[in-house]
Amino acid sequence: MWEYTDKVKEFFLNPKNAGEISDADAVGEVGSLACGDALKLFLKVDDSGVIQDARFQTFGCASAIASSSVLTELLKGKTVDEASRITNKDIARELGGLPKEKMHCSVMGQQALEAALKNLRGEKDATRDLEGEVVCECFGVTDEEIKRAILDNNLTSVEDVTHYTKAGGGCTDCHGDIEKLLDQVRSKTLTPVEPVREERPMTNIKRMQLVTKVVDEEIRPSLHKDGGDIELVDIDGPKVMVSFRGACAGCPSSHLTAKEVVEKKLKERVDSQIWVEEVRS
Amino acid sequence: MTVSYLDNNATTRVAPEVLEEMLPFMDTLYGNPSSMHTFGGQVQKHLALARERTAQALDCSPEEIIFTSGGTEGDNAAIFAAVNSQPDKRHIITTRVEHPAVLNTCKHLEGKGYEVTYLPVDDYGRLSMDQLRESLRPDTALVSIMYANNETGNVYPVQAMAEMAKERGALFHTDAVQAIGKFDLSMHKLPVDYLALSGHKIHAPKGVGAMFVRKKAPFRPFILGGHQENGRRAGTENTAGIVGLGKAMQLASMDITGENARVAALRDRLEQGLAGAVEQTRINGDRESRLPNTLNISFKYVEGEAILLMLDTLGVCASSGSACTSGNLEPSHVLRAMGVPFTHVHGSIRFSLSRYTTQEEVDLVLEHLPGIINKLREMSPFGQGREPVTVSSRYGEERPVKRG
Repeated sequence: MWEYTDKVKEFFLNPKNAGEISDADAVGEVGSLACGDALKLFLKVDDSGVIQDARFQTFGCASAIASSSVLTELLKGKTVDEASRITNKDIARELGGLPKEKMHCSVMGQQALEAALKNLRGEKDATRDLEGEVVCECFGVTDEEIKRAILDNNLTSVEDVTHYTKAGGGCTDCHGDIEKLLDQVRSKTLTPVEPVREERPMTNIKRMQLVTKVVDEEIRPSLHKDGGDIELVDIDGPKVMVSFRGACAGCPSSHLTAKEVVEKKLKERVDSQIWVEEVRS
Repeated sequence: MTVSYLDNNATTRVAPEVLEEMLPFMDTLYGNPSSMHTFGGQVQKHLALARERTAQALDCSPEEIIFTSGGTEGDNAAIFAAVNSQPDKRHIITTRVEHPAVLNTCKHLEGKGYEVTYLPVDDYGRLSMDQLRESLRPDTALVSIMYANNETGNVYPVQAMAEMAKERGALFHTDAVQAIGKFDLSMHKLPVDYLALSGHKIHAPKGVGAMFVRKKAPFRPFILGGHQENGRRAGTENTAGIVGLGKAMQLASMDITGENARVAALRDRLEQGLAGAVEQTRINGDRESRLPNTLNISFKYVEGEAILLMLDTLGVCASSGSACTSGNLEPSHVLRAMGVPFTHVHGSIRFSLSRYTTQEEVDLVLEHLPGIINKLREMSPFGQGREPVTVSSRYGEERPVKRG
């Protein structure tokens, strides 16, 4: 049984904004019956570019319905420009988190929103064009979609990619290709971590860069394995403030993770003066 | 909230009579049956009684019963015994709709160089005798076909299939986990070499099962160690579990005909009620040859997990073949093997009844499920004249045109 938050359950059992808008200004449609989930998003936008109404029709599981519904709530009252900055992470966060296997539901929300905004700009009709080459034949996921999910969500394994995009969740033939995309994206975004220890004293800017690098490359991947995530909230001299997401959020032992894992690693890799504080958000 | 438990193919409640007989073995009668002292040794005769009861239910001799940890172990042990005892035979026949305990064991053997034929099924989930006949070869070591399918309830012609395998010199194993208590099985009449069964599907606890191994059939222990089970299954006996299984086997073989008729009447009430009240449903399986307790029904254009969670708020327990309820993203391999279209496969719900199921439980589903389906269909972008545009795919049909 999936561990859904109360908010997911609430938005599933009593969804807000279900249904269509007959005179919608924009419609975005993603997914399919074969994939097991599909979302059609309707937007009503006024002359000043403010979203007056947002409604949805969803075929899918509880988290797909909840993601769709919470997205429409997020959209109402926002300008088109503000709406374009909503990501799948915002959807998942608004729901108090989703099981990692269900993150693709939040990605579906983001994709429907993008399709609708494209439609609003008059670029395309309700369905989005496939961008890039199809990598996962089972679920029709392209390389561009996979690369984007890897970048946006700091994904580190094929399993992660499957949870966020469904790619690789069927026959598994494309796992090698997904590995290659992971390598490609990560080698582009990362440079070798090695000589981290530098001559002292360390400048604040240098320390910040190194902390960010170590968190992204060494700490986050191991938290991902347990379904969690970490966010760097602030760095103030040697004090590093972090907040946990996903499975780590609200975990009673997260302060231990902060000390035992994050602080130890940063002391070892960046600066022995560093101390870590967990900020609950 | 009262639980309406309609998921008995997943597991069953322990019968009060079974629990009662088990309790002393977790309390005062905790001795090891292999011990030399009276305190431990006295447990041995309770195990012997359980073995006799199990043998009686299967109409075989007690020496042909080996107690196991459950259905999966029995399937593994039978398959490995059959192939390891015939090293020059490198071919296995099974079906595409087996339980993972058989399917994944066969896949493992494929990796070890065995050739496996997975018999297909038709739209109703039926196997073909002709296909089995054509697949049998001189080097076929084993045919492994389930007695009844856990998802659809389909019952397979194991009698005829085992006879055919025997004629052609192949050993035969049947996973009878779902069949116990629903058929009056006689190992004297059914020419199988191995049969696996599980306690927790017949109102005994989890973690105990048994297998029948015919006297003349080759056998190699699957779990190595001590001399328990006549040297055929090592490990100190799960005494409480075995005692419980013995009682459950006895209970299961009482009044099978009467019990089947009662349960089938409730299942039919559910099936007809739902098919009558909800449009665009589909019964998955072979209504001509199906377990009396199982109903697998699909609701077009809605997703199974959503249905299950809404039923859950009413305390109703059932299962789904939808992708969203499985650990991976693939929908049920059984329904896919049957070619159930995607419009239906994601919306499949399995109700499975037991001797404890009441008409009130069935009526609760009949009262609420049509409304749940309507609510979800209202929310769905498909159906109600909103048919999706599709093209063919490697799955056969309804491949997405685009996925944004």
